[in-house]
Amino acid sequence: MAKRLDIKDLNLFYGKFHAVENVSLAVPPKNVTAFIGPSGCGKSTVLRSLNRMHEVAPGARVEGKVLLDGEDIYASTVDPVEVRRTIGMVFQRPNPFPTMSIRDNVVAGLRLAGVKDKKKLDEVAERSLRGANLWNEVKDRLDKPGGGLSGGQQQRLCIARAIAVQPDLLLMDEPCSALDPISTLAIEDLITELKKEYTIVIVTHNMQQAARVSDQTAFFNLLGVGQPGQLIEVDDTEKIFSNPGQKATEDYISGRFG
Amino acid sequence: MNDPVVARRPARSGEPGAERGVAAAPHASEAPIPPTPEAPETPKAPHVRPGDRIFRGLATGSGVFIVALIGAIGLFLIVQAIPSLGLDNVNFLTSREWNTSNPEDLRFGILDLLLVTVVVSILALLIAMPIALGIALFLTQYAPRKLARPFAYVIDLLAAVPSIVFGLWGLFVLGPELYPVSQWLVDNLGWFPLFAKGNVNLQLGATVFTAGIVVAVMILPIITAVSREVFERTPTMHVEGAIALGATKWEVVRTTVLPFGKAGYVSASMLGLGRALGETIAVMIILSTATSAFGWSLFDGGATFASKIALAAPEFNDPRSAGAYIAAGLVLFVLTFVVNAIARSIVAGHKEYE
Repeated sequence: MAKRLDIKDLNLFYGKFHAVENVSLAVPPKNVTAFIGPSGCGKSTVLRSLNRMHEVAPGARVEGKVLLDGEDIYASTVDPVEVRRTIGMVFQRPNPFPTMSIRDNVVAGLRLAGVKDKKKLDEVAERSLRGANLWNEVKDRLDKPGGGLSGGQQQRLCIARAIAVQPDLLLMDEPCSALDPISTLAIEDLITELKKEYTIVIVTHNMQQAARVSDQTAFFNLLGVGQPGQLIEVDDTEKIFSNPGQKATEDYISGRFG
Repeated sequence: MNDPVVARRPARSGEPGAERGVAAAPHASEAPIPPTPEAPETPKAPHVRPGDRIFRGLATGSGVFIVALIGAIGLFLIVQAIPSLGLDNVNFLTSREWNTSNPEDLRFGILDLLLVTVVVSILALLIAMPIALGIALFLTQYAPRKLARPFAYVIDLLAAVPSIVFGLWGLFVLGPELYPVSQWLVDNLGWFPLFAKGNVNLQLGATVFTAGIVVAVMILPIITAVSREVFERTPTMHVEGAIALGATKWEVVRTTVLPFGKAGYVSASMLGLGRALGETIAVMIILSTATSAFGWSLFDGGATFASKIALAAPEFNDPRSAGAYIAAGLVLFVLTFVVNAIARSIVAGHKEYE
């Protein structure tokens, strides 16, 4: 539950390509940190390294440490599958499993972890769907396939699926980029609520969104094509958007806002 | 992140395409055609352009042609079969007798042929399906990329081996080699009808058992190739979703690849079954003709529709006798249609991914 995240000297590679260089930052528990920056600057790559999804790509490599409450998830004794079971992830496009019912989608993670007790699973399904503000909309059709929901509902279903395991950390990779403004608003409200219980890292291209939902903002940038992405600065969201420490941050933010 | 850009590209390149006789795509699903640098034609007539009309005509013509062809084949079979069916002195569907040597007294029924055909094909399918599934999953999920490609080529190559070669292999190599296995099955499981002592010499292995195994090898490539293609298309977002939930490799396969590929795998198997039903030369060489009727044992001999017809082909000198075989061909034709229809309905039942 809601652990503290520390990233130390993280370097990420795709084969020989050095994708991200020397990232260090800290995320306190029950806090929302937003990653912003131009396309290709490595923010999604960093996010994917936080639950060991980065290494799924062929040739991908990680150097450095990612600590959850002081424990390195890249320690040699750690099983990546176990890491992913305790960290929730929400993707850019809603990806409920189309052949599974809504209920089965929500408890998919628990099932993988070996929970079989039907009563427990039903309880978790209800709690998670309530947590994702979806319960009232789907409570009468829990046995229908998840693919029948609207895009925004599907994304909340994916959030319910991610929080069903009560993750130590919740990762969101541009969770609203495929949604309409109303669904986006629903998700943003949800993030604000989820913050009470979970540590959240969110990648977003929408700077208003970063400003609205996050406590802390990290700005990533790319010095040039073929160069590794870098963390330029990380600070309180308010400070980043009003008085950033770096020129590059200010240029990026004002360029979009202006 | 890049999706919107990629998605927009076809629309852009479609605009210049409109000037080149290929007209703007009526369906969003049409593949984008990259604009060629040749000089644009005069863009005055916005209605149907000649290129469009010609292509449409060709496409429609091909479609009509194939339907007409199938209809013509069916019609041919029916027209040729009816006179002989009228002269048949036994029940065509339920008799096990097949005697067409005397055109004045035709006695032919397909039951035996049907049983042998179905048993050989089902046996082949039962052997080939799990192996093909394993190969397809191995190639798409487990094999290192460097290995997967050449391995897939080898499997495809298997499909290119002429069936006569498989037949010879079955007759001279596999049949005799199987003798210890079949002897053991007869000795120990002989009480079960499928493994009972058959009506041909077990030592030569000219049995339904051997034929089924050979046909299994022959349909393996097609089932594998189609399943592989389908499994490869499992949406990355579902695979990643499963991985992010902490699924192991096998759990990823079980929660995403298999549900996604199930319909494709079933139709691949039905394609294989279609091939197995019609397989002629290999089965003809392997199976020895039996004097007594098919008794449900894998160690029986006999003939399938196709092998029976092929065996008799040199003796089609009387149209009345030939008509009997054409009637058998008609049944095979209908059988493959039914199999395909079943496959279609299974596929249609799994629309979640479309």
